[in-house]
This record gives sequence, structure tokens and C-alpha cells, in this order.
Amino acid sequence: MSKMFQAGPTGETIRSDCQVFYTPGSDTLRIELKSRVEVLFSESIKNLVELTLSSLGIKTGSVSIVDFGALPFVMMAQIETAIKRAHPELKREALPDFKEHAKYASSFGRFRRSRLYLPGNQPKLFLNAGIHKPDCIILDLEDSVPPAEKDGARLMVRNALRTLDFFGSERMVRINQGALGMEDLEAIIRHNVHTVLLPKTESADQVIAMEAKVNEILKSKGLKQQIYYMPILESATGVLNAREIAMASKNNVGLAMGLEDYTADIGTQRTLEGKESFFARSMLVNAARAAGIQPIDTVFSDVSDEKALRASVQTTKSMGFDGMGCIHPRQIRPIHEEFAPTELEITKAKTIIMAADEAEARGLGVVAVGSKMIDPPVVKRAERTIKMAVDTGLIPKNWKEQD
Amino acid sequence: MKKKYEFVKNAAGRMVPTEVNGKAQFPFQGIHGYKPTGRKAAPPVSSCSDYPMDGNKIVGSIKAALEQAGLKKGMTISSHHHFRNGDLVMNQVFDAAAELGAKDLMWFPSAAFPCHEPLIKHLESGVIHHIEGSLNGPLGKYASEGKMNGLAVLRSHGGRWQAIQDGEVHIDIAIIAAPTADAFGNSTGDRGPSACGLLGFGLADSMYADKVIVVTDNLVPFPCYPWQIQGQNVDYVVVLDKVGAPEKIVSGTTELTRSPDRLYISELTAKFVRAAGIMKDGFSFQAGAGGTALAFAIYLKEMMIEAGVKARFVRGGSTKYLVEMLEEGLTDYILDGQTFDLEGVRSMRENEGHVNTSPFTSYNWHGKGNFASMLDVVVLGATEVDVNFNANVVTHSDGQMLHGIGGWQNCLFSKCTILPIPAFRDRIPVIVDQVTTLVGPGELIDVIVTERGIAINPLRTDLIEATKDSGLLIRTIQELKAEIDDLVGGIPQKPRLTDEPIGVVKWVDGTVLDVIFRIEDRR
Repeated sequence: MSKMFQAGPTGETIRSDCQVFYTPGSDTLRIELKSRVEVLFSESIKNLVELTLSSLGIKTGSVSIVDFGALPFVMMAQIETAIKRAHPELKREALPDFKEHAKYASSFGRFRRSRLYLPGNQPKLFLNAGIHKPDCIILDLEDSVPPAEKDGARLMVRNALRTLDFFGSERMVRINQGALGMEDLEAIIRHNVHTVLLPKTESADQVIAMEAKVNEILKSKGLKQQIYYMPILESATGVLNAREIAMASKNNVGLAMGLEDYTADIGTQRTLEGKESFFARSMLVNAARAAGIQPIDTVFSDVSDEKALRASVQTTKSMGFDGMGCIHPRQIRPIHEEFAPTELEITKAKTIIMAADEAEARGLGVVAVGSKMIDPPVVKRAERTIKMAVDTGLIPKNWKEQD
Repeated sequence: MKKKYEFVKNAAGRMVPTEVNGKAQFPFQGIHGYKPTGRKAAPPVSSCSDYPMDGNKIVGSIKAALEQAGLKKGMTISSHHHFRNGDLVMNQVFDAAAELGAKDLMWFPSAAFPCHEPLIKHLESGVIHHIEGSLNGPLGKYASEGKMNGLAVLRSHGGRWQAIQDGEVHIDIAIIAAPTADAFGNSTGDRGPSACGLLGFGLADSMYADKVIVVTDNLVPFPCYPWQIQGQNVDYVVVLDKVGAPEKIVSGTTELTRSPDRLYISELTAKFVRAAGIMKDGFSFQAGAGGTALAFAIYLKEMMIEAGVKARFVRGGSTKYLVEMLEEGLTDYILDGQTFDLEGVRSMRENEGHVNTSPFTSYNWHGKGNFASMLDVVVLGATEVDVNFNANVVTHSDGQMLHGIGGWQNCLFSKCTILPIPAFRDRIPVIVDQVTTLVGPGELIDVIVTERGIAINPLRTDLIEATKDSGLLIRTIQELKAEIDDLVGGIPQKPRLTDEPIGVVKWVDGTVLDVIFRIEDRR
């Protein structure tokens, strides 16, 4: 008897996912289905299974599905995973339809205050992630996915990218390090990934190699697509090379801090106060600013302590960061609120913008508030402050008419 | 052999049986279509000569009380569900009835819970012929599978009062489990080891039944005051060691939902209420004890504080969250229909503004008005809603009968009825073309709030107008449905139903709104 290959989660309380058991065989194709939503979807599921197998070129063997209400894109990924575990050489893909709502673009300078991490092997967490309006969504293939699940998570993330509406959030994927990461790129890059997060970056070469790989994939498929990068610094070497890493690609949009690994690397532990990481974070802020990209802080891991989260965001903001990671939707609002400009900042920014408008109207090359000259970067900063104030609902869009 | 039913089409376009459990029925005739004439039912006249002059009505056991009450074949025995899943009385009542050789009884609880699973053996042996009441847990499953004689008759809390009052259901013997009582039969729910708050669901039973038996584990010297149940209506008092399991009657603390999606829906609901101009000084609202409704109340409370707004009254299901609002002066009154946690019970004892109500004062449609229609906004759940805003709470899309109606139908009469519901559960869409079972007519349902947007009933042009510049994501119900159908992979197929009814859904006026058919056996 031939060996059985399996995909999908195990455990007691599985929701919105399914298990697939596949035994290669030579004669006929046998499909068995047990589903929590069988009464409502048995026909639809049978059609989907047949379609998926046929796009993978599987005509024989036995496939058994135990379904706990998986959406079609989830079930397709689990089937493909089981099949590819049996046939690692298989190149064919079973792609769900690429939905129009999954095709929006991002931009270089957009807000990246909050980046919500979603473990790549837990699709039930993806489904409504966008409604909480994080600035960015990170479909993670790296640390939150166990080694044995890497292949499946990659296909799950790919299918999610083609299917789900993230309601305007930037679509990020954190790939694995090294060769595994290159395989990740092969699977995901063509499906409107906006930004690739490169973990444990220690040198400019790693960024360059990644970008070369991305360009190679896009070229081979005849695709033109803007891909941004965000290297994550998680070691002493990475921090010391922050400047060259930040400068390594014109498509870098930010530099992110990963403190769990960094503190271990320098031989200490993370504290709430964060004295141990002051140098690294400050170094990162300076490197990113010198390169004209966004410095992004690490995650705050105590989900239930909103007060401490807010305090930590204040520190983060005061150090010069533009954003940080989050691991639960409930962290998003406190982060946005703490990053929002203060009343004083808004008033100052308004004055500067008004002065700039006036200078432009009068054809002056120099902006002045009272007797003080204002440099262009300060004007730009003020514009950003106002944009964020509008975005967080602190001032109306048409504030100029109202003031 | 299964009974053959004749069907007639009602005003909602549903085919409903003309007879249920041996009684002729009126089909639903529209929300204001059916008005009965005649007089209310009444219990027989009693004489003090037949009762002990010293006021001591204690008898030795449940069995003795049933015997003295004249238990016989075919009688109807009623009970309230204030002990929820912690009731220790009703299983003993039917064990005693079985020992007395009674057959073909009808049990008429306001609701049954998983703790009543042992009654299945009495259904199978014929001691109980059938049950009319909300069926939760194993008894619900038993009825869903078509194993029960007769049909499950699902009534709202107000509808149950109406049925008793109008004489549609005649109660021969009412069992009132009471956390505290005196020997005369005065009873209260707000104290004692099995304290449950109030006893409103048993009030009609005590007033209209031929015989009334109070069962308590906390006998106090006369007078037991407050007397939520009046001893004047009581025939016998039975004292047991234990009538309820406190931890299953009320929860120690009511837990809030932690699901970010549900919290999102709750907050969006509160924002809608604020944006629509409903949240203003002197307003009123009702929100149940379900996770989403509870979280809604908390978000609304924050908004009330921020805006400096106070409510005149809130309707419970009371919980510690409503009690906090009362004690912080954010509402003058809690008008409580059932108490869900220990803080609610305490508050009912201590706070003058925490008022106990019954389905008569709040919900009974065959009365001279009720509270439900005076509420500014009510927040309820649903298993399904259709594109015409009709809603379902008793079955799921796969046809399984799952829940009772509770006060749900009665609350639909509020000035603004909002259903905050997830747009899909697992893979199952909540917005459908037509609800599996019609429990709430769409003309009474005003707003659906999902995590993917808010749909306002087109009939409510006022709400549409009031919220059009609110910045909230307001969409048509068809748009919401299309988005979810696309996500879940198309419109689900229909469950295969037999032509064998297993239950009917009554409207608040006693007419038949819909019928529930048994689903086909799985392979």
C-alpha cells in the first residue's frame, strides 16, 4: 500500500480550515468528503476538489477531506499542499481567481504606523483582518510558522493574496531566510505583494540578492510590478550595518527592528524600559532617516496591557520611529492614536503650511513664519503631520476652509 | 404513524398547519391583523375554607403535592426557567409523576435546558406526551429529529403570557421553583442559596393555573418579602434540600467577548446609535447578555459619558455592566426581565431603580400596551437575515432547530431594532435570499450591522437620512450579500427537508407564523 500524505491543521478546535489526506494510486480517483457545512456546500466542495485536482494534473489516487468550514481558497491550498508533499517535483499550481479587490497598489511614502502580523498557516485570522484597518498586513511565513508547515503556509498566503480584500492595507509578506526565502518569493511575488519583509538582515548583499531574485521572477513571467522591501534588523551585525542595508535598494521603504532576537544576540533580555536596545533603535532610526526611508519599531507583545502599549508607543514615537508591529487587532487603534500628532504639533504644522501656501502664491522662494525661515524638510514634515491628523479624524479634510 | 397536517398560506406567504397538537390555529394575518375577542381565561374560584387557617401550606414531597393537586393523565404541567441550566426541580417532578402512573402529560416550560436531558426517558415512556416551550440542548435535538409526539410550539416570552391569558394553553399544575419562600407560598427570587433575581416567567403560571406548587430550599418565616409570587395564588409549598445549582443559575461574572471581529461589530453598532441621533438625554435601550450585545452596551456607555448623556431606562437581562450604569447614574432605571449574574441579583435587592418586570408588563401583545414599543433602540442577535430583512433565530441555515425565541419577537416593536451579526460564520453566510424559518417579519427589523458594513431597511428613510453623512460604511443588504457570497464560494444549496413538521413558530398574537420541517436523515 502506498503512503498517505496529509495537509492541514491538527487538534481539537479547528475552524474555517480543513484537513486533506492523499494516497497516490494508479487506477481511479476516489474522493471522500466529511464536512461541517456538508448540508449547504457538499456539491460546491466536490466541484472544487475535482477542479483543484485537475489543475494539478492528478487523475488517480484517493483524496479524503475533513472540512471545518474552510473557504474555497483555504481548501485549495490544503489540497495542493497534500498533493505536493506526495509529488515534490510537481510544478503545476491550482490558483484561485485573482479578485479585483486584491489588485490595488501601494505607495512609497504611505503610513506604516501599524503592521499586523498574521501567521501564514492560520487562514481564519486572515479573513477579517482588513476590517480593523491596520496600515499594513503581514502574512508571515517566517517565525510564526513551524518548519514542517512552511510549504503549506506559502500556498495559503499565495491564495489569500489572490482572494481576500484587505481593504486598503499594504499587503506585506515576511519571507524566510536564505534558500527557503527564495522559494517563498517564487510562490508569492506574482500575486500583488506590495512589500517583502526580509528577516534577520545583516548585510546589503542580502537585500541585493533578494531584489535580484524578485526581478528575475518578474522578468521570466513578463510582469512589471512595483515591489518594495523592508529589511528587519535582528542582530548586532545587522544593527551595525544599518546604513548600508538601508541604502541597498531604492525600493526599500523602511527599516524594521526585531528586538527578541537582537537582545538575545547581544547577550541580554528585553525589558519594559528598553535601555538595552536604545543604541540599536537609535542607530536604526538614524540609518533609515539618512536613507530617506521609514524607521519602524518592533512589536509590543503583551496584548492585554493597553496602558503599557500606549506608553511604549510614546517612547517609540519620541525616538523618531514612524510605526511599529502589532500581533493583535486590538493593538491597532492605540498605536494609531499615540502616533497621531498632538494639538500643538497640529497648530504648528498648520501655521507652516499656511505660510508655505502664501509664499507660493506670492512667488517667493523662501517660506517664513514671522521672522523665522522654514526649510523645505520642515514643510514636508508639516504636511505629513496634517495628513495624519486628517487620517485619524483629529481635523477635517477641509481644515483650510474652516480655520 | 405520523400525523397528516393540512396547510394554509398565511399573510407572510408561508404554508402553516391549520391544527397543532389537537388545537385549531389561526394563520398569521399581518403584524396588526389579528385581534381576538372574548374574555381572558381564569382559574377556578377558591375558598379559604379549603386552606389551612394558619397559612401553612407545606406538604411533605413533590409527589405528595402532585397527588393532592389531582395529577392525572393528559394534564399540563408548567415551569419557569429562571434557574436556567441549574434547575434541579423539574426532573424530580416528572420522576414523581411517573411514579404516580401519570401519562400523556404536556410540559409547558418557559424554556428547557441541557440539564433536562433526563426527561427524554419520560418522553419515550409516554409520561410526557410533548413539550411546548423553548428547547435548548438535547431536548431540542430530540424534537429536531422528529422523535417527539406532537409539535414543538415556539413562543416568545410575551407570546407565552398571551397563550396562557387567552386560554390557548390551560395550565393544570404550575411548578414554581423559588429561591426563597414562606409556608404561605409568598416567594422571591432575589435571595437565598439559589438566588436567580426575579421570577417573572412564572408569574402568569401562578395567576392562571388551576393548582400552584411552590418548591423552595430556603423557607423563611411569614412574610417572605418582596413577594414576587403571591401566596394568595399558591396551593402547596414543598421544601427540598436544594432546588438549584447556583453556579449554573447565574454566572459569577459575565465575561465579555474577546473576539476582535465581534468587538468591532459591537462598537460599530454603538456608533450607529450615536450617529442616528438615538443616543440623547432621556433615551432608552435594551441589549441582551450575548457577547456582542454586552460589548455594545459598554461602547455605548463610553459614548454616553463622553457626550454627557443619561438614559431614562434600560431593559435587561441585567448584568454587572448595566448595574454599573445604574450605580454611576447613567440611567435612572433598569427594567429587568431576567438576571444574568450575581451583580444583577445584588442590585435587584439593593437598588430602588432596579425594577423587576414580567412578560406581562413588558411584552404581552394582548394587553393595553407594553414596554417593548417604547424602547428607543434594541440590539438583538439572529442566525439568518434575508434580503427583505426577515430574520430567523430558531433554526440554522442547515435546517437544524437550535434556539428558542425568548423575548426576541417582542423586542422587534422597539423604535429601532438593530441586529449586529457577523456576515458569515465558518463558511455559512448570514444574509440569505430567504430565511429558513421566519421568526421576525422584515418590516420590524431596521438595521443589520456586520463587520463588512451596515444595511438599513429601505423602509427607514429617516435612519438612512440621519446617518448618510456619518462616515459609517452604509451599504445595501444586497451589496453585503454579494460580497459574502463571493467570499464563501457561491450561494449555499438548500438543506433537504421532509414534509413532516416538527414545530411551529407563533407570532406574538398567537397566530402561526411559520413551520419547521424535519431535515432528511443523513446517509
